[in-house]
Amino acid sequence: MTINPAFAPWLDPQAKPIIDFQSVTKNYGDFTAIDNIDLKIYPREFFALLGPSGCGKTTLMRMLAGFETATKGTILIDGQDMADVPAHKRAVNMMFQSYALFPHLSVADNIAFGLKRSDMPKSEIGGRVDEMLRLVQLGKFAKRKPHQLSGGQRQRVALARALAKGPKLLLLDEPLGALDKKLRHETQFELMDIQEKTGTTFVIVTHDQEEAMTVASRIAVMDHGRLAQVDTPDRVYEVPNSVYVADFIGDVNIIRGAVGSVDSDIADLKWSEGAAPIRALAGPDLKPGARAAFAVRPEKVGISQSEPTDMHNRVQGRVEDIAYLGNMSMYFVRLADGTLVKAQVANVRRISRRGITWDDQVWLSWTDTAGIILPD
Amino acid sequence: MNVSRKFLIGVPYVWLLILFLIPFLIVFKIALSDYAVSIPPYAPTLDLANGWQGILDLLSGLDFENFAFLLDDDLYWKAYLSSVQIAATATLLTLLVGFPIAYGMVNAPDEWRPSLMMLVILPFWTSFLIRVYAWIGILSNEGLLNSFLLWLGVISEPLIILNTNIAVYIGIVYTYLPFMILPIYASLEKLDASLLEAAQDLGCTRIGAFWAVTVHLAKPGIIAGCFLVFIPALGEVVIPSLLGGSRTLMIGKVLWEEFFSNRDWTVASAVAIILLLILVIPIVLFQRNEQKQREAGQ
Ligand SMILES: Nc1ncnc2c1ncn2[C@@H]1O[C@H](COP(=O)(O)OP(=O)(O)OP(=O)(O)O)[C@@H](O)[C@H]1O
Ligand SMILES: [Mg+2]
Repeated sequence: MTINPAFAPWLDPQAKPIIDFQSVTKNYGDFTAIDNIDLKIYPREFFALLGPSGCGKTTLMRMLAGFETATKGTILIDGQDMADVPAHKRAVNMMFQSYALFPHLSVADNIAFGLKRSDMPKSEIGGRVDEMLRLVQLGKFAKRKPHQLSGGQRQRVALARALAKGPKLLLLDEPLGALDKKLRHETQFELMDIQEKTGTTFVIVTHDQEEAMTVASRIAVMDHGRLAQVDTPDRVYEVPNSVYVADFIGDVNIIRGAVGSVDSDIADLKWSEGAAPIRALAGPDLKPGARAAFAVRPEKVGISQSEPTDMHNRVQGRVEDIAYLGNMSMYFVRLADGTLVKAQVANVRRISRRGITWDDQVWLSWTDTAGIILPD
Repeated sequence: MNVSRKFLIGVPYVWLLILFLIPFLIVFKIALSDYAVSIPPYAPTLDLANGWQGILDLLSGLDFENFAFLLDDDLYWKAYLSSVQIAATATLLTLLVGFPIAYGMVNAPDEWRPSLMMLVILPFWTSFLIRVYAWIGILSNEGLLNSFLLWLGVISEPLIILNTNIAVYIGIVYTYLPFMILPIYASLEKLDASLLEAAQDLGCTRIGAFWAVTVHLAKPGIIAGCFLVFIPALGEVVIPSLLGGSRTLMIGKVLWEEFFSNRDWTVASAVAIILLLILVIPIVLFQRNEQKQREAGQ
């Protein structure tokens, strides 16, 4: 998120979290969906949950909304233990992954459903519904029933219904997945705007990394019911704490080997007989001699025809394939030991003027801080 | 419109004409005739041998005397009224029994549902008459129910159920229960557990969510089920005759007696015509409910 850089309550030991998971475990029979999670989310955060299908994102949300109880551990919302608070008494609204629109009610009545059961005066409900309809651009469809809408329109009704009551905590389970790119960007912008204006805390599940990167104050990457990493988008991208996170977020080159020397924040990785060790940022828990992997993003790998002498990390290889992606090109380079490394280069020149082509011998190079060495 | 299309549309109309309209006109004609000691037991009858004159003679012999008679004798309107009251009460009772059953079936584990559905439909495999007779065996003073209750010691004297209106209610509820369960089941099947959660998320208590979502979703099914029970129950003959007492007044029973005991076909026909007119109202309402549902898409 590109807002106020000072907004980092998770660094402030005095800050009071709005959501506090304390050693929470959730079992379904003998299957562990959530595995001993500790997590604090702070007011006004835009918190994104990322992870492969089935890793427990929806389960985490359902525990917050009050539809599942934790098998072990405590969940606090605003400092209050939620164990005995039923769903309808929680100042939390959830947008369901399946939308859960009421099929017998019109779009407008779906949106008004929660308002009619709140303390909002009757006279104000109509106006609020109109406001929500405008927000999700569904004004023309107010009288339709859900089955008369397209998938994306239904998703927007579900979003509007969750937003209508203006709760202090909003849980959105893949709120924008069915929307086209333009509408998705607009809605993301609207959500951030709402958040700015109302100070609502958002917890959002998404499969779209770009979306998480744009909107989130922090991202949690989940893996089989555990939190692999919880950090700001830039740190999750630049300094992942494990190969799993590095591999899950964005495109990455992985080179495996053994840890050589470890300095305070720089380490060496021995990766191929006779080749100079790779020098890069040291990840957590590195022990000399242990197995490790070097992770570097393709856009941080430079490519040249002559040997770059100013960089410590340089390897030679043969161009195996070039993918032209319009604004950039991806070079697939095979190293002597068989490893395939991707290098991404911005296309500042016309294609015909490019110097490197198929089967050329090239040099790849990167700075000491471009990549990171992680325990494997 | 081409010929084959006209033909296709024509088929149901011809069917209705032959099997509904013509019999109806015949019954209507009998209702307008006079009682006579003859075979058939009414006059005048159509004599086509006299050609046009025969038809004119017939028409001049028709009148509304029988309908006037129905108004004069308070037995008839009391029977109509009591039928409506019994049918309406029985419909309500069927709903009270049928809804929880349909609800239970929808919430049963998937692998149970076909068997449960089977159990609901199973009674149709035996004759309706036999099943009603079986109730006599259950409800009579020395019947299964009383013997069981006496054996339990819950009662010291047998309960008098058979030949009362209670037995009629039991009979109607039992007989028409599937017609209530099936449409409600069909409408509840669309109910997704997440809808109830969504309602609770938006501020409903559990019971509130049940009302706002489950009951409202089931409404078209409830309405359909009520009509499907009420309409046949109103004209029911067998159940009041076999299970009801001498004081159970239902129009179907009156009609039966006029026809077979009194052999007064003319009054019986008039009774049938009025019953049909009474039934037209709920039938039209029922059709409108179905139509609305079809327009709603499912
Ligand atoms: N009621 C349940 N009974 C048994 N297992 C369940 C139940 N609900 C969820 N699970 C299991 O818990 C795990 C986590 O499910 P969850 O719905 O939280 O996944 P998710 O991260 O939201 O996945 P997706 O991205 O596909 O929506 C899955 O393996 C799922 O099969
Ligand atoms: Mg999910």
